[in-house]
Amino acid sequence: MASSMLSLGSTSLLPREINKDKLKLGTSGSNPFLKAKSFSRVTMTVAVKPSRFEGITMAPPDPILGVSEAFKADTNEMKLNLGVGAYRTEELQPYVLNVVKKAENLMLERGDNKEYLPIEGLAAFNKATAELLFGAGHPVIKEQRVATIQGLSGTGSLRLAAALIERYFPGAKVVISSPTWGNHKNIFNDAKVPWSEYRYYDPKTIGLDFEGMIADIKEAPEGSFILLHGCAHNPTGIDPTPEQWVKIADVIQEKNHIPFFDVAYQGFASGSLDEDAASVRLFAERGMEFFVAQSYSKNLGLYAERIGAINVVCSSADAATRVKSQLKRIARPMYSNPPVHGARIVANVVGDATMFSEWKAEMEMMAGRIKTVRQELYDSLVSKDKSGKDWSFILKQIGMFSFTGLNKAQSDNMTNKWHVYMTKDGRISLAGLSLAKCEYLADAIIDSYHNVS
Amino acid sequence: MNSILSIVLPAPKDPVLSVIFAYRDDPSPVKLNLSAGTYRTEEGKPLVLDVVRRAEQQLANDLSRDKEYLPLNGLPEFNKLSTKLILGDDSPAVKENRVVTIQCLSGTGSLRVGAEFLATHNKERVIFVPDPTWGNHPRIFALAGLSVEYFRYYDPKSRGLDFNGMLEDLGAAPPGAIVVLQACGHNPTGVDPTFEQWEQIRQVVRSKSLLPFFDSAYQGFASGSLDSDAQVVRMFVADGGECLIAQSYAKNMGLYGERIGALTIVCTSEDVAKKVEDQVLLVVRPMYLTPPIHGASIVATILKNSDMYNDWTIELKGMADRIISMRQQLYEAIQARGTPGDWSHIIKHIGMFTFTGLSEEQVHLIAKEYHIYMTYDGRISMASLSSKTVPQLADAIHAVVTRIA
Repeated sequence: MASSMLSLGSTSLLPREINKDKLKLGTSGSNPFLKAKSFSRVTMTVAVKPSRFEGITMAPPDPILGVSEAFKADTNEMKLNLGVGAYRTEELQPYVLNVVKKAENLMLERGDNKEYLPIEGLAAFNKATAELLFGAGHPVIKEQRVATIQGLSGTGSLRLAAALIERYFPGAKVVISSPTWGNHKNIFNDAKVPWSEYRYYDPKTIGLDFEGMIADIKEAPEGSFILLHGCAHNPTGIDPTPEQWVKIADVIQEKNHIPFFDVAYQGFASGSLDEDAASVRLFAERGMEFFVAQSYSKNLGLYAERIGAINVVCSSADAATRVKSQLKRIARPMYSNPPVHGARIVANVVGDATMFSEWKAEMEMMAGRIKTVRQELYDSLVSKDKSGKDWSFILKQIGMFSFTGLNKAQSDNMTNKWHVYMTKDGRISLAGLSLAKCEYLADAIIDSYHNVS
Repeated sequence: MNSILSIVLPAPKDPVLSVIFAYRDDPSPVKLNLSAGTYRTEEGKPLVLDVVRRAEQQLANDLSRDKEYLPLNGLPEFNKLSTKLILGDDSPAVKENRVVTIQCLSGTGSLRVGAEFLATHNKERVIFVPDPTWGNHPRIFALAGLSVEYFRYYDPKSRGLDFNGMLEDLGAAPPGAIVVLQACGHNPTGVDPTFEQWEQIRQVVRSKSLLPFFDSAYQGFASGSLDSDAQVVRMFVADGGECLIAQSYAKNMGLYGERIGALTIVCTSEDVAKKVEDQVLLVVRPMYLTPPIHGASIVATILKNSDMYNDWTIELKGMADRIISMRQQLYEAIQARGTPGDWSHIIKHIGMFTFTGLSEEQVHLIAKEYHIYMTYDGRISMASLSSKTVPQLADAIHAVVTRIA
């Protein structure tokens, strides 16, 4: 990236004397040029140096966002976007929850001000989010052992935790599932936290490689952070059973590891907020110290508002106070304090009994639609595929996504031949599937699976 | 049970926050908080602009709106309008497609994202900030991976600009180093260079190939005119060189808690601009994925509607004028009491803040005996004063100045 810096002669170039036509900046790119001009008795020199950023290369395209762009460009009327994890109605439209609109109208009527939130975020939100996760009245909350900071949805919350790990546990590794959500690795890389993987997905069974998972967690150096998806694993849709969760907790405790939950789908997986928090609560029962990142993007449909939280369960209230102060210290030079709008929406919805019930109903509806679509897809596959292949993995998976078991070539066929857009790892977002399209999708999957290798 | 998190130490006390806590804990009924950088009305209340409320109502009434993820670079309409606001309607740089603007989390977020990008891609990792500067600047840059140095700025003797010191220090900076320049309404001092001084600063900056990183948190709020307050930035952009700009709508649109701002990078060519944008977005994705929509929608609604834009400029000028009038009133009140010393800096300074020139000892005494709170460097927020409280402050200043030299 060597750029030769030219030294300017007299640079008295007063703005009002610039002749726009003569200064053709940026046309031929990098060649610097000097033009000496005379304005009355003053000679001015204009030099355009090569950019100090000349050597920058284009970044690799984003795998998930690229899918939506390609979908938009496709003019085929049968096209189907199963790429991004955003909920769609049966009419395949985005959905703003009624209870969210209600909360926003309430906020407008009240005329809330727009003062800065404290660095840790909206107090009412922090209280509500911890109670939602652990259950109000849970010992960890009563004993004030949870440090909760409002974060920028799941990503921002994960990033705060990663920065804390880098600062206080230098050299400690985060062990993440293979596969996992694509941005996890980016977050830990940018936070300079080393990571490795534990086996998770078994392509042979299109299920969980439980033995591999346990073995790899056991093998990780003592005191590693183990990244766990609280429910509705992204991208596979494969969750451990309750019995398996117990064994996972056992091995983590045995090795003095620190669990680090990513909870992006509480309520969205089974339809029940409490059921989806079972894995996190199991660990809390054990008296363990652990991290939980939460997101309200999906379960409250607040994708663009960027609202979530990082919770750190500590062994004492004193430790929780100190951890909270350090998390604040990380947030302040990143964005000073978090955005107020999404936090107020959540606090209003969770804090009002009527709205909370309405939310639960809408969430059950969303999760229910996805379960219905799963069933319909399975039924279509079974009725159309005469090969006897076992498609039941689709019903065993949970949440927004399904790992179809299709490889890259087969996934490409889905797109190129059938105009079905998905990610290359074989993941489809059921949230983007309607009942009406299940048969078409089944045809596409059957064709890709059997006729492409 | 083994506690792993017990090793975490408590964070060091933040000096600004401790002033706020001291104010909060003071039981006096006449206590006055002049430490926080948020605008207050004449009645001492926070202000949500009328035009902001109208914009929010409009957004709520628009049933076609959804909450889908914004693109990585934020709301496209917001970005275009922000570029126009800071660079003007006729910027050649914009016409030549060599300007990148991405929505960020207010000023702080814009500075942090820009700094992280520079730490990776700028040859020089040294960043110069004015002495003194906003308290959060050094932390933001250090955590982004830059090494922070200072250039002389404030002259305590004159309570004005140490212009020669500034030029000397910038002149001695390593070529290619980054330099933070506050576009107007310098925080914390209230001291801005004159337009002529800025021209000389520009020459030194360009001759040493220093990379300017403008912090524009008060456009329209300092002088009352959006264009005047953008003059300095536009002057630099007009010479064809590169620069970065962090914009904030916290003060000038009163959108503090919405965290809405923009990072602009002015490049030398369209080709470079595309690559720069690409790389900047690589910083954003693992930090918070995409920015929040609400504040951006409010700003875009106001900026693109000419009636709302005009109404905004009126409310903005109203805020700026009130601050200027507080300056005048405070100065006159101090003069009327015959307080020793030259207090004309109060009316010479500009923007939300002023360095009173009070010593730390005097600041502590004012807090303890007069229940008036300011940061320990003697900075007060003019935006927190009112006609009612000016006499109280003038009395307090008079008292401590005559008691402690």
